[in-house]
Amino acid sequence: MIVAQRKSIPDLLEIIKNHKKILVLGCGTCVTVCLAGGQREVGIIASALRMAAKLKDLPLEVEELTIERQCDNVFIEQAAEAIERNDAVLSFGCGAGVQAVAERYTSKPVYAGLDTAFIGILEERGVWTEKCAACGACVLHQYGGICPVTRCAKHMLNGPCSSSREDRCEVDPKRQCAWQLIYKRLKEIGQLDRLKETKPPKNRRLGQDGGYRTIIREDHRI
Amino acid sequence: MKPEVFEPKIVAFCCHYCAYSSADLAGSMRIQYPPNVRIIRTPCTGRLETEYFMKAFEKGADGVLVAGCLEGGCHFVEGNLCAKRRVNYTKDMLEEIGMEKERLRMVNISAAMARPLADAIIDMVETVRKLGPSPIRQKGSLKQENRL
Repeated sequence: MIVAQRKSIPDLLEIIKNHKKILVLGCGTCVTVCLAGGQREVGIIASALRMAAKLKDLPLEVEELTIERQCDNVFIEQAAEAIERNDAVLSFGCGAGVQAVAERYTSKPVYAGLDTAFIGILEERGVWTEKCAACGACVLHQYGGICPVTRCAKHMLNGPCSSSREDRCEVDPKRQCAWQLIYKRLKEIGQLDRLKETKPPKNRRLGQDGGYRTIIREDHRI
Repeated sequence: MKPEVFEPKIVAFCCHYCAYSSADLAGSMRIQYPPNVRIIRTPCTGRLETEYFMKAFEKGADGVLVAGCLEGGCHFVEGNLCAKRRVNYTKDMLEEIGMEKERLRMVNISAAMARPLADAIIDMVETVRKLGPSPIRQKGSLKQENRL
C-alpha cells in the first residue's frame, strides 16, 4: 500500500490561509490503513484546524468527508456537492488522490494534507517500512523475494558491498543488510546458485527517468 | 465583593474497572472532590482515541482527565498503555495547535484508590484553574458549550 504521514498543523494552516471554507477530504484506502488520511484522521485534523484557526482569530469553516478512493473517478463523484460548497479542498489522499481530485474539479484549489512517503507494508503495530521503489522492472524473482533496489541503501544488484557489519547496513546500523537477508533467503529455498550470475545494469529508463509512466491495456480500452 | 473564581469544566474519562469504581468508592467514603469534573465512564481507557480528546476541547472543555488502571493492572491487559500513548500524541497535537498540553492529563488509579482519585481531580482542577479558561471557549465555542 501507499504510506503517507500528515503535515503539521501550522503547515496546514499556512497552506489554506487564503480560504474561509475548506473541505477536508479523506480517502478510505491506503492512507486509512496507514492511519494518515482515513475517516478518523480527517475528524482529528478537522477538529485541530478549527481550534487552531479559532486561536488565531481566523474565520475558517471546515467540513469533513471521506470517500472510498480518491484516485478513482467513480468515488470522486461522491464528493462533488461538498467540493462545490467549499472554497478549497484539503485532500488527505496520497499524491495520486490529490491530483485525481484536482484534475476533476478544475475550478477549485486542491491541496495536499499529507506527505506521501513510499510503497510499503505494516511491519509491526505503528511501524511501516518501504518495500517497493516502483522501479518498473521487478527483479524480486532473482533475489528470493527481497528487493535490493529498495532495501539495499546502495541499490546494489550484485551485492553485498564490502562495508556491511555482520548483518547490519553500514549506512544505518539499525537496519538489516538487504544482502544478508537475500543470502539467507536464497539458502533456505535452495537457490544460492542465483548469486553466481552477474546481473547486468538495470534498465533505469523504466523507472522515473523521462517523466511520468503510463500503462496501456488495449484489450480493456473502449 | 469577592472577585469571581474561575471554575474550570473538566471532562474525566474514567475506566469502568478502576477510576469509575474508585469515584463510586469516594462517594461511599464521603470523600469530596470538586464538582468541576464531568465523569464519562468508558469500558477501558484503551477504548479512547485521539478524536475523543480533541472533540472535548473543541466543544469547550477547559481540561480533559483520563483515569485508567495502574500500569500492569489493566483488565484488558494493555488498554491503559495504549491510552497513555494516545494521550501523549494528543498533547503534541495540542502544542501544534497552540494550546497548553497541561490541559490534558492521564492518571493511573486502582478501584480501591478513592483518596488518590480525589487528589488527582483536585490537582487537575487547580492546574487548569491556573491556566485559565480554554482559549477555544473564550473565543466562542460551539453551540454545545452549555451542555458541558
